[in-house]
Amino acid sequence: MDTSFPIKQIVDGKGNLIDETYKDHLTKDFVHKVYKKMLFARMFDRKCVNLQRQGRIGTYVPFEGQEAAQVGSALALAEDDWMFPTYRDHGATLTFGATMVNLLLYWQGRYEGVLPPKDKKIFPPAVPIASQLLHATGAAIAEKKKGTDRVAIVYFGDGATSEGDFHEGLNFASVFQAPVVFFNQNNGFAISVPMSRQMHSKTIAQKALAYDIEGVRIDGNDIFAVYFTTLNAIEKARRGHGPTLIEAVTWRYGAHTTSDDPSKYRDQSENDIRREKFDPVARIERFMKNNGMWDESMEELEQTASKEIETAVKEMESAPPVDRNHLFDHVFERTPWPISEQKERFLQLQGGNNE
Amino acid sequence: MKTATSVKQLTLIQSINDALRIILEENEDVLILGQDVGKNGGVFRATEGLYEKFGEDRVIDTPLAESGIIGTSIGMAVNGIRPIAEIQFFGFIYPGFNQIMTHASRIRSRTLGRYTVPMVIRTPYGAGVRAPEIHSDSMEALFTHMPGIKVVVPSNPYDAKGLLISSVEDPDPVLFLEPMKLYRAGRKEVPEEKYTVPLGKGNVLKDGEDVSIFAWGAMIPLALKAADEIESEKGIHCEVIDLRTLYPLDKTLIKASVEKTGRVVIIHEAHQTGGVSGDIISLINDTETAFLSLKAPIERVTGYDVPVPMFSLEDDYLPHVQEIKQKIERVFYY
Repeated sequence: MDTSFPIKQIVDGKGNLIDETYKDHLTKDFVHKVYKKMLFARMFDRKCVNLQRQGRIGTYVPFEGQEAAQVGSALALAEDDWMFPTYRDHGATLTFGATMVNLLLYWQGRYEGVLPPKDKKIFPPAVPIASQLLHATGAAIAEKKKGTDRVAIVYFGDGATSEGDFHEGLNFASVFQAPVVFFNQNNGFAISVPMSRQMHSKTIAQKALAYDIEGVRIDGNDIFAVYFTTLNAIEKARRGHGPTLIEAVTWRYGAHTTSDDPSKYRDQSENDIRREKFDPVARIERFMKNNGMWDESMEELEQTASKEIETAVKEMESAPPVDRNHLFDHVFERTPWPISEQKERFLQLQGGNNE
Repeated sequence: MKTATSVKQLTLIQSINDALRIILEENEDVLILGQDVGKNGGVFRATEGLYEKFGEDRVIDTPLAESGIIGTSIGMAVNGIRPIAEIQFFGFIYPGFNQIMTHASRIRSRTLGRYTVPMVIRTPYGAGVRAPEIHSDSMEALFTHMPGIKVVVPSNPYDAKGLLISSVEDPDPVLFLEPMKLYRAGRKEVPEEKYTVPLGKGNVLKDGEDVSIFAWGAMIPLALKAADEIESEKGIHCEVIDLRTLYPLDKTLIKASVEKTGRVVIIHEAHQTGGVSGDIISLINDTETAFLSLKAPIERVTGYDVPVPMFSLEDDYLPHVQEIKQKIERVFYY
């Protein structure tokens, strides 16, 4: 099956273009744009890990190593499309329009953090595994019913493919030919459990066969392979030709969460090899240098990103205190008496202070 | 202009069908999805004729997957559709539990109201129809315990139609439990036109000043029979209250009735421990004027803390009129 689903690559680890078909698409502007987004995502992620270590945010879920998969797929969406992320996909949501400050607030355990900008359709991150595939399918069916050409993209990991909702999601999307793209990031581990224990299948892409939908396996660290494959899948869905399952093969350098110690279950020296050979950010830097696209403006990007991130951190840390009304006021549109009574009791305990 | 309200004689299942037809006609955003709801018209015929009338895009036969039906409905609901999902039997809802618990019921609060899930999950519940195993569960308390979803149970054709229309119009998820045993228990007058019965409001089916009986769904006919018999046999006047909505409970009505009678019997076919009767008892306890008016300990008649049995034993599992009458006497003569 791994021969039926070969890993698609456009640029290899050394930054060499190996698929000439895309040569004309890789303009300097485009390459600079994707590089910038990836760099911002990486630096934001590292900052978050540090903030967690300093106790300034809660448990954090790092995605370093998966920037190409997340940024490349998110860039392929149109402004008005839907995104259904998991808790590890803030590289994707950031690229699609979520604000850094809201992402930080999310990891501070605040509801405001879930909210995308008003004009962006970014669903709250799914925390249970694979349940979001069905939401994306439902939202996509709704778009089809409304007669729009909007599509939905949904993110999930290798572990999610063992869940029933993964299969139900693919099956519903297949039966109703929903305009949805199933974007799998296969980073090799579901916390500690390796892919070999997750499935006997050689690939995740092959699971598409059972639902008679297209399955594609790509190098998830090659942002160009990610971008163009996702774009094709999205355009196909937009034209009414149904769903696609994309398996983006990638790797997370860090822990599952900041509470996890990956040295317990895998050889961490693997990270060094992968950083050297497959790193998504280094690869595009090499590509730019190989092709005369690297210039001073690229050197300055780190500083720009740092500043932007620091501003967001300041904004997070100067955010008004948590609104305690949030505890009670949005469970239902019209708050029923048990919750009203409990809120009143709570406010009395607080001495009437709900700030 | 209509000069008079015309009525039809409908069974409970027909009134549900009538409500669904009216809602589908009135609001294009409403659609029905579930197993066998389309061509087959539902295994109980709740959706009979709707597929023919509204087409396969609005009365949708889905794959056989409860989580899939509910999860897909959630995605539709946040995107402007008003799905009515049918789960064929309440005992089969458990694969969809995660979708209800972690998503349908909390998306509004997670997003401070930005995304909402105005969906209804309809499902037949309860024992007493000689159904195969797992087809007779009554696990409403799993959902009354769940923040963010309302739980509604009609007991007659009039309420079924009005409550279902209210449920679909409600801005939040509603679990709509249909008493299978009462689907064809008799015909009642149901207005032909659209009307609503408010959620969160119980209904006094029989006035009385001696004992309050609280029940819902398929227990209502038993409660009424027990009340009638005890009245003619012992002269005890029971007030029979159909709660109709189990979350949120009708506190005002419960309070008023308890303050009047001071004696309470609660009936449900669900298991005793963790059953909704516990919440009614707590509500009375927490409402000082109601608690202080009690003249006897509250009694309840419930299913046992055992799995709903295979049907050769279901009559032994279910509450009976005789037991209800004993409890009424117990609180009355206490």
